[in-house]
Amino acid sequence: MSNTLSNEEIRRYSRHLILPEFGMGAQMKLKQGSVLLIGAGGLGSPLALYLAAAGVGRIGIVDFDVVDESNLQRQIAHGTSTLGVKKAESAKTRIADLNPNVDVTTYDAQITSENAFEIMRPYDVIIDGTDNFPTRYLTNDASVMLGKPNVYGSIFRFEGQATVFAPQLGGPCYRCLYPEPPPPGLVPSCAEGGVLGVLPGVIGTIQATEAIKLIAGIGETMVGRLMLYDALSMRFRELKLRRNPECPVCGDHPTVTELIDYQQFCGITPEIEQSDASFEITPVEVVGWLARPDAPFLLDVREANEWDIGRIDGAVRISVNELAERMHELDPAREMVVYCRSGVRSGRAVDMLKQAGFRRIKNMVGGILRWSDDVDSRIPKY
Amino acid sequence: MVTIAIPTALRQYAGGSATIQAEAGTAGDILAQLVEKHPALGKQLYSEQGQLRSFVNIYVGDEDIRYLQGIETLVPDGETVSIIPAIAGGR
Repeated sequence: MSNTLSNEEIRRYSRHLILPEFGMGAQMKLKQGSVLLIGAGGLGSPLALYLAAAGVGRIGIVDFDVVDESNLQRQIAHGTSTLGVKKAESAKTRIADLNPNVDVTTYDAQITSENAFEIMRPYDVIIDGTDNFPTRYLTNDASVMLGKPNVYGSIFRFEGQATVFAPQLGGPCYRCLYPEPPPPGLVPSCAEGGVLGVLPGVIGTIQATEAIKLIAGIGETMVGRLMLYDALSMRFRELKLRRNPECPVCGDHPTVTELIDYQQFCGITPEIEQSDASFEITPVEVVGWLARPDAPFLLDVREANEWDIGRIDGAVRISVNELAERMHELDPAREMVVYCRSGVRSGRAVDMLKQAGFRRIKNMVGGILRWSDDVDSRIPKY
Repeated sequence: MVTIAIPTALRQYAGGSATIQAEAGTAGDILAQLVEKHPALGKQLYSEQGQLRSFVNIYVGDEDIRYLQGIETLVPDGETVSIIPAIAGGR
């Protein structure tokens, strides 16, 4: 790699170069530096754009997903013209237009315990922009074991968290902050819980700032500090983070010294228990049944705002979060079909009802999304 | 009085409130007052053995109570107790 900037690069980066605290030295470090983006979604989008624009020499992008319409409310690296395209490729195309000096490598794969070291090793800084606990613990553990800084960001509805995990710089790792993940189902995902579109823009941009500082060697990074952001009240807060000497990964006597099975660690079993077919029914079967005299009671367990988007005629709504208190409103003697958006929450509702003694209940698999595909396309998908 | 900051993820179990006031005392006392007002929060904060869950951190001011005196940490009048759960979203 050349250790000078071309005249084109000097023009492009001139606003960096005239910053006395940045200058040619920091810009050259960016050019010679590299980052790995794990996830090219809400957080990954602003990260990819700003890191490329800033002149980071090499960017790796790990994502196996394709661009969907529901992504475009926040995933600004993609566009209507790349719907259906792999996200890593879509982001690469956008970066090529923004800054052709950047060398982009795409990984059309899910990062796993088997491939993590190989994918991560060639990069200086790792950036966690994933959307699930198993990948977050994997990214953390592999970063600690490779001695690379992990620029962390995470979002939920209107709230975000960001920090830099770097035990080699004296700070904590993700496991010092949260030794164990919550059990599956307790914390909803963005797909289930929703997310304000600009929120990942704010958090991803904070992550990009930290990555640039780490590579350029300027300023004071967020090692040892957790930034909290609440978009609704527009408040930033900062909490102290400490390295836990007892931490199983970065502590004084680590007990986890190689990558483990993170699905199992996060309590995710390959076969979901509720896939008991006798308690399942397809939307096509439901529509046939509803037309008969013995039509079942139809229970919608979504939230009121989702009900307003679209619903199945004749349904009664009780949110899965209120089900425990309102179960007495339901008749255990009557046949019942339960649905939600995709079938996950209704599966949980069916489990709760089964435990309470209900037997004549079925979960409508695929939820209202599959109803829209198979039965009535006038019901919008969201 | 002290202020308890409730994160978005747990507001549904706290009647939608973002903050709740409690009498000053130890961190444990303050959380007990919170769970008394909003029993549904109990299951979110404590394991079946009554231990604080390991994916929920409690801060007094900007310090994690694990590095102070745990649930015995004294919370003076006017201070804020924050509940900071693990969140994973990013896409």
